Amino acid sequence: MKLQDILLFSLKTLTSHSVRSLLIMLAMALGVAAVIILTALGDGARQYVVNEFSSIGTNLIIVLPGRAETAGSFPGAVMGQTPRDLTLDDAHWVGRLPQVSRYAPLNVGVAELSSAGKLREVTLMGTTVEIFPIRHMKLAQGNFLSKTGDNSAQIVLGAKIAQEFFPDGNALGQRVRLGDRRFLVTGVMAVQGESMGYNSDELVIIPIQHAQTLLNTTSLFRLLVETRHHDEIDSVREAIHQTLIRRHDGEDDVTVIAHDAVLATFERILRALTLGVAGIAVISLAVAGILVMNVMLVSVSQRTTEIGLLKAIGTPAAIIRQIFLAEAVWLSLTGALAGFVLGQAGSWLLRLIYPLLPAWPPLWANFAGIAVAVLSGILAGLLPAIRAAKLDPVTALSKR
Amino acid sequence: MIQLSGITRIFHMGDQAIHALNHIDLIVESGEYVSIMGPSGSGKSTLLNVIGLLDRPDSGHYLLDGRDVTDLSETEQAQVRREKIGFVFQSFHLIPRLTAAENIELPLILTGISPAERKARITETLQAFNLSDRAHHRPAELSGGQRQRVAIARATILRPTALLADEPTGNLDHRIGSEVITLLEALNQTGTTLIVVTHDRELGLRARRRIAMRDGQIEADELEPA
Repeated sequence: MKLQDILLFSLKTLTSHSVRSLLIMLAMALGVAAVIILTALGDGARQYVVNEFSSIGTNLIIVLPGRAETAGSFPGAVMGQTPRDLTLDDAHWVGRLPQVSRYAPLNVGVAELSSAGKLREVTLMGTTVEIFPIRHMKLAQGNFLSKTGDNSAQIVLGAKIAQEFFPDGNALGQRVRLGDRRFLVTGVMAVQGESMGYNSDELVIIPIQHAQTLLNTTSLFRLLVETRHHDEIDSVREAIHQTLIRRHDGEDDVTVIAHDAVLATFERILRALTLGVAGIAVISLAVAGILVMNVMLVSVSQRTTEIGLLKAIGTPAAIIRQIFLAEAVWLSLTGALAGFVLGQAGSWLLRLIYPLLPAWPPLWANFAGIAVAVLSGILAGLLPAIRAAKLDPVTALSKR
Repeated sequence: MIQLSGITRIFHMGDQAIHALNHIDLIVESGEYVSIMGPSGSGKSTLLNVIGLLDRPDSGHYLLDGRDVTDLSETEQAQVRREKIGFVFQSFHLIPRLTAAENIELPLILTGISPAERKARITETLQAFNLSDRAHHRPAELSGGQRQRVAIARATILRPTALLADEPTGNLDHRIGSEVITLLEALNQTGTTLIVVTHDRELGLRARRRIAMRDGQIEADELEPA
């Protein structure tokens, strides 16, 4: 018996039990669709986070004061020393490294902003003009510390702050009071919304020296460093680390993180999450496989006399096995393809509802969904097919 | 030619062994018309199943057209059945979801004959069996006589050397039954060996050679002189 005849014969059988076949197909289709939609959701979330991180630059190295590792007690602690501050001078030294293209020291605090009788608390960020390219922030109006060496008391207002204090849009050139100091508004940031946990629309930016005085500190909160090339990020990270250890008299009291590493961690977590939900969805495929097996077993016992007849007219056991296996393959394959279409439609709907979420099912999930469905179908068809082929023709034919 | 020597088939019911066939020796020449009669339980159906290679004897030897087919593998036996033996059953055993033409087509598909040739041979067979206008009807839409004609057409489309019929008229009324028998006898006239198992005496007496069975043994074997 030729393969195409086997396939045709089993297809005819399935179409003659159309409701039963459709229900099984539906079970398979839902399983595959679940795999595809859930991985689309998981991978969409991953993509979203990756995009968020990339918007801050992937050539970024972050320096934090203090050590991240727990390594017994601090060696200097015995002599009454505390970890050294990460100072503005340290930042300048790092900035002189040849591989560094830009750097921005950072101090963050909260202070009261007042002007024209209005008053509110704002998050202030003390930094240099380099912060704008590093964090991909843009000014809507004006500028910030445009001249090198300029150290005057300038302030850049976040879009929302500017709107609140100067609803007429005439913020530039106004004087505002931040904490106990007066600043000249030289710029307003473009609307950017939330990014990495803070809202740049509700932020004000002042020169780093003013921020340190205002917050009464000499230690930086962070030092952001951008390297020239992405591939030398590890060597630069090491170079920065060594420079700072040298400047701190051999004391390893800073933490240098490649921004990439943070990103990689997030990616790992979300990938694991995606695999997790995909795994749950795969269970539904196994259930569908058991359904296929159940239906096929019923089919075998209903068609006992037919199997007997097939044997009587000279069908070898191998062909009978193949006929029943082909039925299982048809059921699971058509179910899987329907599920694929359903899954694509579902993730399209997700993207429609949440435009921010790039909910594209990853390629592997499409393949895995279909492959697991077909595999479970074949495995499920195996037992009934073997049972059918083993039937004794005499007893099979005597059954009415 | 069918040659059985010392064929024994034992069934076990509980701890009791029943000799369905007890040392049967039988030779059926090609083109013979044989009826096998006997009460139920006499072993006549088992004998037919052994001849049709559906059942394996526990001992003895079976030569079909000179070839020992007793110990062939399952697959080899299936091939022999396909090529040399046609079965006609009391309850027709048509596949309900296939049309008359598709039921007749089954053996051709099994042999791997191309669709074009299949079509030609089915058209020819449908005409020969006077079923052309019923070709696309399912068994449920056919009368009993038509169903048995479809079954016979299926059994003979590969031109087997032996046609084995187990109570072929058992589910048919007298008139239709004798039509079916006439059809089988016509096929016998063209050279096909015909073996009919029945407990209908009238039907059994139509055969030239009549075998009577009792308790797994051949009780009588009469050949009507030509």
